[in-house]
Amino acid sequence: MKALGPILAVVAAIIALWYVAAVPMNIQEVLTQAERAGAVVEPEGAMNRRDVNRFALVLRNADHLGESWSMERARLPAPHQVVKELWASTWDEEVSGRRGIVKSGSLSNRSLIYHGSITLGATIVGFLIGSGLGILLAVGIVHSKTMDMSVMPWAIVSQTIPIVALAPMIIVVLYSIGVEGLLPKAVISAYLSFFPVVVGMVKGLRSPDAMQTDLLRTYNASKPQAFWMLRLPASVPYLFASLKIGIAASLVGAIVGELPVQRGGLGARMLGGSYYGQTEQLWAALLFAAAMAAILVWLIGWIEGKTLRRMGVTQ
Amino acid sequence: MNQPVISASHLDLTFQTNDGPVHALRDVSLDIGKGEFVSFIGPSGCGKTTFLRCIAGLEEPTGGTLAVNGLTPDAARRSRAYGYVFQAAGLYPWRTIGGNIRLPLEIMGFSKEEQAERVKRTLELVDLAGFEKKFPWQLSGGMQQRASIARALAFDADILLMDEPFGALDEIVRDRLNEELLKLWDRTGKTIGFVTHSIPEAVYLSTKIVVMSPRPGRITDVIESTLPRERPLDIRDSAEFIAIAHRVRDGLRAGHIDA
Amino acid sequence: MILVFAAVAVWIGAWAFNGWLANGRFSDLASVRLAVPLIFGATVIVVWELIVRGLQVPPVILPPPSTIVGAFFGNFGVLWPDFVQTFAKGALGGYVIGCGSALLTAILVDRYDFLRRGLLPVGNFMAALPIVGTAPILVMWFGFDWQSKAAVVVVMVFFPMLVNTVAGLRDTSAMQRDLMRTYGASYWQTLFKLRFPAALPFIFNGLKIATTLALIGAIVAEFFGSPTRGLGFRISTSVGTLALDMVWAVIVVAALTGTAFYGAVAWLERRMTFWHPSQRK
Repeated sequence: MKALGPILAVVAAIIALWYVAAVPMNIQEVLTQAERAGAVVEPEGAMNRRDVNRFALVLRNADHLGESWSMERARLPAPHQVVKELWASTWDEEVSGRRGIVKSGSLSNRSLIYHGSITLGATIVGFLIGSGLGILLAVGIVHSKTMDMSVMPWAIVSQTIPIVALAPMIIVVLYSIGVEGLLPKAVISAYLSFFPVVVGMVKGLRSPDAMQTDLLRTYNASKPQAFWMLRLPASVPYLFASLKIGIAASLVGAIVGELPVQRGGLGARMLGGSYYGQTEQLWAALLFAAAMAAILVWLIGWIEGKTLRRMGVTQ
Repeated sequence: MNQPVISASHLDLTFQTNDGPVHALRDVSLDIGKGEFVSFIGPSGCGKTTFLRCIAGLEEPTGGTLAVNGLTPDAARRSRAYGYVFQAAGLYPWRTIGGNIRLPLEIMGFSKEEQAERVKRTLELVDLAGFEKKFPWQLSGGMQQRASIARALAFDADILLMDEPFGALDEIVRDRLNEELLKLWDRTGKTIGFVTHSIPEAVYLSTKIVVMSPRPGRITDVIESTLPRERPLDIRDSAEFIAIAHRVRDGLRAGHIDA
Repeated sequence: MILVFAAVAVWIGAWAFNGWLANGRFSDLASVRLAVPLIFGATVIVVWELIVRGLQVPPVILPPPSTIVGAFFGNFGVLWPDFVQTFAKGALGGYVIGCGSALLTAILVDRYDFLRRGLLPVGNFMAALPIVGTAPILVMWFGFDWQSKAAVVVVMVFFPMLVNTVAGLRDTSAMQRDLMRTYGASYWQTLFKLRFPAALPFIFNGLKIATTLALIGAIVAEFFGSPTRGLGFRISTSVGTLALDMVWAVIVVAALTGTAFYGAVAWLERRMTFWHPSQRK
């Protein structure tokens, strides 16, 4: 693992930068609190400080920065505060909390595991529907010239459109006709993973070169034979590449889909944190979502590795 | 022979690889005089390209001494003592033919007028006048390689180093370019170092043929050509030509046997 | 009910016509290649119109295209400031800052191997994360106006752009680099004459990915708070009042903007990387 050293150094640098940035970011609140506790702060009074440059405030009040990394509801909570919140809202909440799974038998609605599982469910269902339909359409496009010429340009154009903007509308419309919960979010997730999979899969199914298809033609292979023996195996690497993009898009779709109707999920948790200034909760939800995305993408990469090894493409 | 332009004595170069050290060059000594056309010939792995790269300052020898124009190869490189032609034309696809030839001139800080003048002159020299505005990918492989020779000639270095420049071309194109290269050498009086693995090409072009053999890369024979300076293509059927070619082949075979 | 039958008939007819065009003798003509998808698009719109009217779908669920077009032109005076707010200020501002800083960072990263080996995996990781999630935080920091939207866009486009540019700057052959060495070229000469032009196809790939991300970032960030204009703001308030024709009109604006933005970058790419095998005719 020669690569690990530089990566760790970069991560450490990011965390260090985060700590440093927390000082000027939180300076206003820190000074207000210090002043309330009786310290002499310059200039006096929160109103007088409002328009003073943050860095100037830091320099002029270097003695009163003690609380920078431990403020509640800080503009930028320090990394350890976020980690503490992550721990409190996952393990701690579930294992020792009154509403946690250990004491009540069901997931606590205040834990990130509960909200994460809601988001995850919608993501997975949507992703499976979207990529499944995407693969089917790709097969159709490769085999029907009419479909290819009619649909393919739109599939490509649609990738340039900010489809996520549709999310709240789909949610609210489906909500207004009584459909709520997992399904509307899954629809958005499916929609978002659909087009990348179509485009990637079409590229993959068309990846065998003329020599390879000509070879099958010399065997007088039928169309289905050519599909199962050449096109489909050749498309696998392309498929996985687009599945990785698709699942990340699905997760974003599910999160954005949770914004308009507040019925749980990481998106709802973020919006809640932003409404009530619970920045630690917000950051914890964000990191949790990031971890989920990383795990999902890694999982697909792992399946990809297994599949390609079994197919003998890689060792 | 007057003061040699390139002078190598007891040159060694050892690469450290995972399978242990590889002796790319061992005890290579050679002098190349001004205006000579020297071919390096040998099987792959004999160090002929490595030797050329050492002269160009692209590889660092691990032992011995090497002087180019009386300077170290690195100093010679920085004083732009030579033009280098690679196996592939390697023209930049985003520049026109003229733009590619202008590239070294821009880097070396020639004035705009000088650049234009030199581009025009070298294009005529390699018979590509009129193609200045074309892009490399609009030209045939042979024309691309001619453009890359023009690029190496543009800044008027005294030495031209060519690493199998015609290796990827078909025989007919190759013959024509060989003939043109000889004319060019005659007109410009440059010193040329030329790597090849074709015996007829080496014999046809050179005033001196250096036969090399692999493991470790070393010189097994240096043949001074007795052919006249003026060489029509059909000289290759003369008895003299065939005799020299024989000697080269014998040298190559001897190198193989004791390897 | 007649309208529904008409819709089915139109669909079958248009599909058959497209099939005839696509499999016929003229299928490789540029005009046919353009006509087939356009006919398909028009068919979808006509069928949509007929079905919505035929089945009397309530407009709060799916308004017919004619109503959407009406809303688009009828509310032009509202949509234009929305467009300026979201695209011209938020998305474009963030796009320029984000892509520009990623480009400069890439040059720095490329120069130091240690940075490259550390930052590239981290950048790849970041590019796959749901970065839209930073929107509420950045809205909190930079206020409701376009600055916070631009900030979200910067964070979203930075990593894809960085990863692509770094990959591009390394995409030169040993021979090309040796050539520059035989000229005794300096680092900056090599960068501007060889590595930067060679990286252009990769840079444009990053720029194209970033166009869509920029619009997504700018619109979604408005869901977390905005002044009383902007495409995201318009969507969320119109959804709230179930004015779905307006929502669809906004989506039309967003779609047109996204496609035009992407098209502009792709046009620039054609102009600047005409020499690349993928762009040659």
